Amino acid sequence: MPHFPAQSDLTGPELETLAMDVVALAVKAGASDAEVAIREGDEFSVNVRMGQVETLKESGSRGLGLRVFLGKRSASSSTSDLTSDGIRQLVDGALALAKVTEDDPFTGLPEPDEFGCLSGDLHLYSEDVYSLPGPERIEWARRAEAAALAADPRITNSSGGTFDAATGRRVLANSRGFVGGYRTSYAGVSASPLAMDANGQMQRDGWWSSARRLADLESPESVGQEAARRTLRRLGARRVLTQRVPIVFAPEVARSLVGSIFEAVSGDAIWRSASFLAGKLGAAIAVPGITIIDDHTMLLPTGVGGFGTSPFDGEGLPTRRTVVIENGILRSYLLNAYTARKLGMKSTHNASRGLAGTPGIGCGNLFLQPGTLTPEQIIAEVSAGLYVTSLMGFGVNIVTGDYSRGATGLWIENGQLTHAVEEITIAGNLAEMLRNVTAIGNDLVFRGAVASPTLRIDGMTIAGA
Amino acid sequence: MTHSAGSPHPNHKRYFFEKFGLTERLLERCLGQALSAGGDYADLYFESVTATALGVDEQIVKSASQGTSAGCGIRVLSGERTGYAYTDSLSPERVLHAARTAALIASGPAKQPVQGFIETPSANLYPIPLGGFDLDLAARLELILRADRAARAFDPRIVQVRASYSEELRRILIAASDGAFASDTQPLCRLNVFVIASQEAITTKGAAGGGGRAGLEQFTGNKSPEGLAHEAARAAILQLGAIPAPAGEMQVVLGPGWPGILLHEAVGHGLEADFNRKKTSAFTGLIGQPVASPKVTVVDNGTIAGRRGSLNVDDEGSPTQETVLIENGILKGYLSDKLSARLMDMPNTGSGRRESYQSIPMPRMTNTYMLAGEDAPEDILRSVKRGLYAVNFGGGQVDITNGKFVFSASEAYLIEDGKVTAPVRDATLIGNGPEALKYVSMVGNDLKLDEGIGTCGKNGQSVPVGVGMPTIKLDKMTVGGTGR
Repeated sequence: MPHFPAQSDLTGPELETLAMDVVALAVKAGASDAEVAIREGDEFSVNVRMGQVETLKESGSRGLGLRVFLGKRSASSSTSDLTSDGIRQLVDGALALAKVTEDDPFTGLPEPDEFGCLSGDLHLYSEDVYSLPGPERIEWARRAEAAALAADPRITNSSGGTFDAATGRRVLANSRGFVGGYRTSYAGVSASPLAMDANGQMQRDGWWSSARRLADLESPESVGQEAARRTLRRLGARRVLTQRVPIVFAPEVARSLVGSIFEAVSGDAIWRSASFLAGKLGAAIAVPGITIIDDHTMLLPTGVGGFGTSPFDGEGLPTRRTVVIENGILRSYLLNAYTARKLGMKSTHNASRGLAGTPGIGCGNLFLQPGTLTPEQIIAEVSAGLYVTSLMGFGVNIVTGDYSRGATGLWIENGQLTHAVEEITIAGNLAEMLRNVTAIGNDLVFRGAVASPTLRIDGMTIAGA
Repeated sequence: MTHSAGSPHPNHKRYFFEKFGLTERLLERCLGQALSAGGDYADLYFESVTATALGVDEQIVKSASQGTSAGCGIRVLSGERTGYAYTDSLSPERVLHAARTAALIASGPAKQPVQGFIETPSANLYPIPLGGFDLDLAARLELILRADRAARAFDPRIVQVRASYSEELRRILIAASDGAFASDTQPLCRLNVFVIASQEAITTKGAAGGGGRAGLEQFTGNKSPEGLAHEAARAAILQLGAIPAPAGEMQVVLGPGWPGILLHEAVGHGLEADFNRKKTSAFTGLIGQPVASPKVTVVDNGTIAGRRGSLNVDDEGSPTQETVLIENGILKGYLSDKLSARLMDMPNTGSGRRESYQSIPMPRMTNTYMLAGEDAPEDILRSVKRGLYAVNFGGGQVDITNGKFVFSASEAYLIEDGKVTAPVRDATLIGNGPEALKYVSMVGNDLKLDEGIGTCGKNGQSVPVGVGMPTIKLDKMTVGGTGR
């Protein structure tokens, strides 16, 4: 199959010029300040199921978003139509909308001396993600699935193996003199097999590898084999009784707890008092072993930028490393310009920017610092408890800290993993859970922007049979 | 082009032909390119969306935004294989290029699409009252300002109020190599209220929303700005005094309306035909088998006027319909699209949906609900010695393969000796799809559909849906609290 290169009419510098032109147009039309974001992306994905190509997708798109200010009033608009007609409508529309909004004393772009961009190459883009010819991309997906299917006779079916590649470009410009842009790349391979036990009970799980560089992907075979291992260990799952026991969170689920902490320290939740951590700056909120860091500047050991690395934030401020929790003490909220003004603080350069709407809060590479124990040592200390490997549902209330989610995993008996467990919930309160972390693993690995080592938390309730 | 007699609104089509310069000749050329390497079927999906959102926060109209996007997705089916490409430029060159890219899925001699399109006769479930960019912003602002005032006036313990209104107008045009041709203009709007309540050291939240494929006149009664504001404020105040939810298996009574999310998670997803074709669903092979109590009948119905989950035609241009999923406890059917209907030799239920022109369509739900039974809701509650009465929920999720599903209660109470007593804090409920509904022992006579707030995610694609249910009693279900 021939490979069609991604379509792109404008180069990076040309897109930056376009962004500045739109900013100028908005100012000329009456905006007191303006900010433009452009996003461009290409994607390729293939899913192979039971050895045959199931879906093959290849395309690209782009969009432009504009935020305008009329003094302390603001509005935004976005479009996929970058023709001059489309841009004119965009500018007129945003200004008309701004006229229906009201003065908000805290709104506005950051101050001119705050803008900036990390210097040096953060290695966020690698051309090699599109270097494989079409048939070989399909082959990667096929190999990942085949490795899973070959792993064990109980693996009888599959949701498929996938290979994905994508590149993107982001540009930001504003009327206070900032303009910047960067490219990113992504490649991923995954497998999602099904296993069936003697009773006809089916289980599915999966595994994946993703990287900014094709060369950093794990082999399709290792991904398929790990997917098979994870699926097979779910077989024979049963419920356990309602009880209170230590819970050990595997890294792939512990990271969701770090994600909940992120939501709880985000400026928007803080100024509204819509977080159980609001007003807790400087207070001991967790056991002393807990340190959580948000680092937008990080390079992985491979020398490539992490998935949360970028040269500037969604408002054009240079990214940085922020210690959020240090030895159990809450040291910093994560703020953009607006939430910082609301709280009488300075932005932590954590603005996130989609095309439409006002900037939100985003994390970079957000992680819980590893401890010294191996996961095996942590499990070995538990006489009876649950090792959680996946979580279901949305039962986390950031306002109250109440936590209740569906869980699957493995039962721990006398320090050993025994049978699989399913159809139970685990529940507690995040504020208490942070104080009840009794072990932290040494197994921190960045599989995405948010990462955590293995964690043991005591005092939570399992609801089951 | 042939029109079926009395086709109600051919102007959906005219929008694309006039604004983007599409012609029937171009559509035929694109389909010809899409099948240039063989394949069984190809379709073109043109989409143009305009969206507007307004927000009041701290009594200030802080935010206003609008967006427009347009594009075309081209799909080629060859056996079980799908090739897909899209473009956000509707120029003939780009659309033809995308067609050639999608065509690469097949490898054989070129096929000819049928000549001449036949327009799908479609219903008129949502007469178009919304105005795109000419809309009356003042009337929409008034809705959120009224909601803000009502929430603040409800109780002095309400300390934060945010009200938002959003609206979109989605125009689609579909042309397929089998001659199918359809177009539609789909309005969708929504009003949301979010509040924070605070008393001494306790802070809680409350939220309420409503909407649908109708104009501003729908925001009356329960869905009026005042009705939604009071609902959000009441829920937040109630939580100030909530006690920990119980933990373990117990009798559970679900209130009418939105708790129907139970059906969406427990059975709906598991009955989507793609999972069953691939035998990856816990419901695979269970057609004709009992999967629920005989009191349970569940349907998916995309044809209810004005509902959030309703559509005149699905995103493959097929008319939507009412599909019986479970009848008196027996599993009756799956939700299918063109691909699964062909491969499984079953009828197409008009359930092919997609998030946007960038997405491959797949079987999805529309409005999924349980039909009313005969029990009075108060008799249902009175029959429970000790249990949980859950009347409002956040989101839910299901593992299609093992059938395990969760949904999270945001407003629930203990039932003690037949009486509704203390409110409890948030808790997730968990069950097993093919088993859970077998424990339905009472079904209320009070069927209610939700207020129009549901969004369903599958394989990364979000689509608006509806759910509904009468009050029901489940003799056992696991409640994931922390209390006794």
